[in-house]
Amino acid sequence: MDPELIKDCVHCGFCLPTCPTYVLWGEEMDSPRGRIQLMDQHVHGTPVTDEMAGHLDACLGCMACVTACPSGVRYDRLIEQTRAVVEQEHRRTPDERAVRAMVFALFPYRRRLRAMRLPMAMSKRLRPLLERVNPTLGAMAELAPPAPRHVRLPPVVRSRRRRRATVGLLTGCVQGEFFPQVNAATVRVLALEGCDVVIPPRQGCCGALSLHSGREAEAKRFARRTIATFERAGVDTVVVNAAGCGSSMKDYAEVLKDDPGWSGRAEALRFRDLAEFLVELGPVAERHPLPVSVAYHDACHLAHAQGVRAQPRQLLGAIPELDLREIAESAICCGSAGTYNLFQPQAARELGDRKAERVLATGADLLVSANPGCTMQIAAATRRAGKGELRVAHTAEVLDASLRGLSPQSLGWVSEVAR
Amino acid sequence: MSTLQRLTERLGDILDEGSVITDPVRLRTYDCDGLTYHRATPGVVVLPESAEQIAAVVRLCDEYGVPFVARGSGTGLSGGALPRTDGVLIVTSRMRRILEIDIPNRRAVVEPGVTNLAISEAVRERGYYYAPDPSSQQICSIGGNVAENSGGAHCLKYGFTVNHVVGIELVTPQGEIVELSDRDPGYDLLGAFIGSEGTLGIATKITVRLSRTPEAVTTLLAAFTGIEGGGRAVSAIIGAGIVPAAIEMMDALAIEAAEAAVHCGYPEGAGAVLVVELDGPHAEVDHQFAAVERICRETGAFEIRVAASAEERAAIWKGRKSAFAAVGRISPAYIVQDGVVPRTALPEVLAAIDRLQEEFGIRVANVFHAGDGNLHPLVLFDDTVPGQGEHAEAASGRILDLCIEHGGSITGEHGVGVDKSRYMPRMFSEEDLDTMQLVRCAFDPKGLSNPGKVFPTPRLCGEVPGVRKGVHPLVESGMAEQF
Ligand SMILES: Cc1cc2nc3c(=O)[nH]c(=O)nc-3n(C[C@H](O)[C@H](O)[C@H](O)COP(=O)(O)OP(=O)(O)OC[C@H]3O[C@@H](n4cnc5c(N)ncnc54)[C@H](O)[C@@H]3O)c2cc1C
Ligand code: SF4
Ligand code: SF4
Repeated sequence: MDPELIKDCVHCGFCLPTCPTYVLWGEEMDSPRGRIQLMDQHVHGTPVTDEMAGHLDACLGCMACVTACPSGVRYDRLIEQTRAVVEQEHRRTPDERAVRAMVFALFPYRRRLRAMRLPMAMSKRLRPLLERVNPTLGAMAELAPPAPRHVRLPPVVRSRRRRRATVGLLTGCVQGEFFPQVNAATVRVLALEGCDVVIPPRQGCCGALSLHSGREAEAKRFARRTIATFERAGVDTVVVNAAGCGSSMKDYAEVLKDDPGWSGRAEALRFRDLAEFLVELGPVAERHPLPVSVAYHDACHLAHAQGVRAQPRQLLGAIPELDLREIAESAICCGSAGTYNLFQPQAARELGDRKAERVLATGADLLVSANPGCTMQIAAATRRAGKGELRVAHTAEVLDASLRGLSPQSLGWVSEVAR
Repeated sequence: MSTLQRLTERLGDILDEGSVITDPVRLRTYDCDGLTYHRATPGVVVLPESAEQIAAVVRLCDEYGVPFVARGSGTGLSGGALPRTDGVLIVTSRMRRILEIDIPNRRAVVEPGVTNLAISEAVRERGYYYAPDPSSQQICSIGGNVAENSGGAHCLKYGFTVNHVVGIELVTPQGEIVELSDRDPGYDLLGAFIGSEGTLGIATKITVRLSRTPEAVTTLLAAFTGIEGGGRAVSAIIGAGIVPAAIEMMDALAIEAAEAAVHCGYPEGAGAVLVVELDGPHAEVDHQFAAVERICRETGAFEIRVAASAEERAAIWKGRKSAFAAVGRISPAYIVQDGVVPRTALPEVLAAIDRLQEEFGIRVANVFHAGDGNLHPLVLFDDTVPGQGEHAEAASGRILDLCIEHGGSITGEHGVGVDKSRYMPRMFSEEDLDTMQLVRCAFDPKGLSNPGKVFPTPRLCGEVPGVRKGVHPLVESGMAEQF
């Protein structure tokens, strides 16, 4: 925890109202200002106590505080450093350790995830039982998306018009396994907009989960592998459609800063969120009307961590006949936040309920975001509230539908499969 | 067992476990408000959820003779919510329900922890808002606003908190729940409570007046090469009989900070910018706008921008509203001062502040509500350099002296708190202070409600001001000092 970064905080409290845990519990130590104060205590010699670790663990890493802070406090850096310290210095209970070990042994690895799909689908029925054994297991089961048909993407997809760019695509572990249709839509949109898309076949995890949980060494390993993969693919721009992956990839140079060779290689690659990239590129493909009302949800790792808020709205708003609606309290996290709904199921649930209520209040037909984790989370909350199935889609799928002239009924697959 | 420990044991009868904080690491997160220069770890923190719980906690404090301090969102800038190490900190951050919105009567009833902005947001769609708008409005609590009689950029035309609060339910320092209203006959106790900085009890329910959103709003940004031009424009605008909703000024250093923080894109080369906002019926706004624009040009504005949309207006305000916190970008630490001078004395006082900068070798950024002469000099320093904090304190004390010398005041809207209590004798005579003390004693005879704030040294109630006999129990217990 860098004391210089801590000192930047002037204790003004401007970050409090967008901090999801402060919104929930209304106490200082579960606010960004309070957490920075805890870090300061640690820097000044207070050991990591159970209480301290608890409040730091409860941070969703949503980075709403970074957006809100007028003093430019790098809370993102601070919490990353802090998580690493907590991971090293704090002795967790055996229960906690077991659950963490399981999650980290599973999520960053595609093949293991694939193997999990069937048991997870089964475990949905067992949810009440799992919940009693361990809330995290319950949360995992509740969130498990329906097992989709596997979509295999070719290593290169050629542009469907005069080529304007060549880009690499990160397929993402969770995205690739549970939401392959999102990657397929992304590739089609890019190709229709004039890009050659290179999809390296054996991509590993980008390291986001490890980085956001304080597992530094592991994160670095994943980062180096990913960089090397895209270097080999011969692209200098990598398009990412999963918000969590994008935010950590943009941080590669920082993560690898102790290693000049690698940080230089990281800097040589341009990582771009899909919406950000498409707006930079400018539209050429024809947009067909898509008569549907859409509530757009800001995924924290996109809106706060990458500052990408306007671009997705611009892209969606430009689709003829699409009615774009804002969700109240859009800056506040839905509680999904990477592994958060696994480690802090109670808080995640409360935030999910809160978000679902506001999404439903828009009356929109379709919920759209750049992060399937979020939409899964919000869909689970509406289901819990007995409000039926929420139709959800990724920004890429909506664009794809418009570009290909599909009907809006083609969107929102959860409603079909989850029943 | 200490008195506080005995009291703490009984808190469990009033509040659930999660609402009483005793763990030292947790307690420390409450050790200061927005003025980080003063710190003290509270003895115990409670997070009540109802007036009854607050009343019960206060009754315990009364029974044990333990001091208590109220805290809202902890954004105060005078150390008003600085805790007592031997006392209870009562935090209202879980009392944030809007209880009633009554549009026909233009009223809203809210709990004290509701943020200032949340009230406006709740009624915006119906064409109303809550007028006082401190720059901290997104987070400061309405209870804190009441305690500090907070103002904001638009107070020039619309007045301070005291003009917009029509009723309060409060817990007295003896733990009774009492209601005050602007309709009460007799003494204006509501007026006395507003601005009392937590020394007369804790507000538990607040009835605010809602204002109609103005028909038209025009915001203009005028850039000057130096602060003098801006000052002349302000005098000329007010002199022309125009009362803008707001006139705000920032100097070069404040602009630099805001630019670094929020990239507000103010005109390059500006030594001062003036933000003028006019609101009201269309015809009136148009007419006044023409006059203001002409005045700005005549007084030397080299660039004038007019906000054409709500987004552009927000962009102009963003620089101004983030200015305090933004100073964090250009300095490790800073003190926000809050002095008032008659508008006509502005140029002279600003020149004197300039000289102080040289004398102390310290930088001062100026942000102010120019319309009513409320200065917010930001005294920049590096808190890791030993002695710099004291140095900055001394410089900011001198700025307050300047304000007093020019017939102004030591606080416009941030309150006295702990920070400025020692300047009170420079503004008021012993008799004045004694008289205020009598009011305090009428509400809080034991001196338990936020002691050590506002007044230079805890004065003791139950004594005739001026003449003191014997040792007061508070002195005996070490809670107050006799002077
Ligand atoms: C960046 C920044 C900008 C600011 N801009 C402005 C501005 O433009 N105008 C302005 O006026 N102020 C401004 N302030 C100061 C501050 O926001 C106000 O004083 C605000 O009213 C404090 O509210 P709070 O909830 O944070 O109160 P706190 O800081 O928690 O408490 C302030 C005082 O109120 C008392 N108190 C709190 N709640 C209650 C209650 N329920 N009953 C009785 N007493 C109570 C406390 O004991 C303390 O004395 C600014 C502060 C910051 C950090
Ligand atoms: S990252 Fe999110 S949860 Fe964590 S302190 Fe910031 S706003 Fe709160
Ligand atoms: S907004 Fe920034 S400076 Fe203010 S309390 Fe939060 S982190 Fe600190």
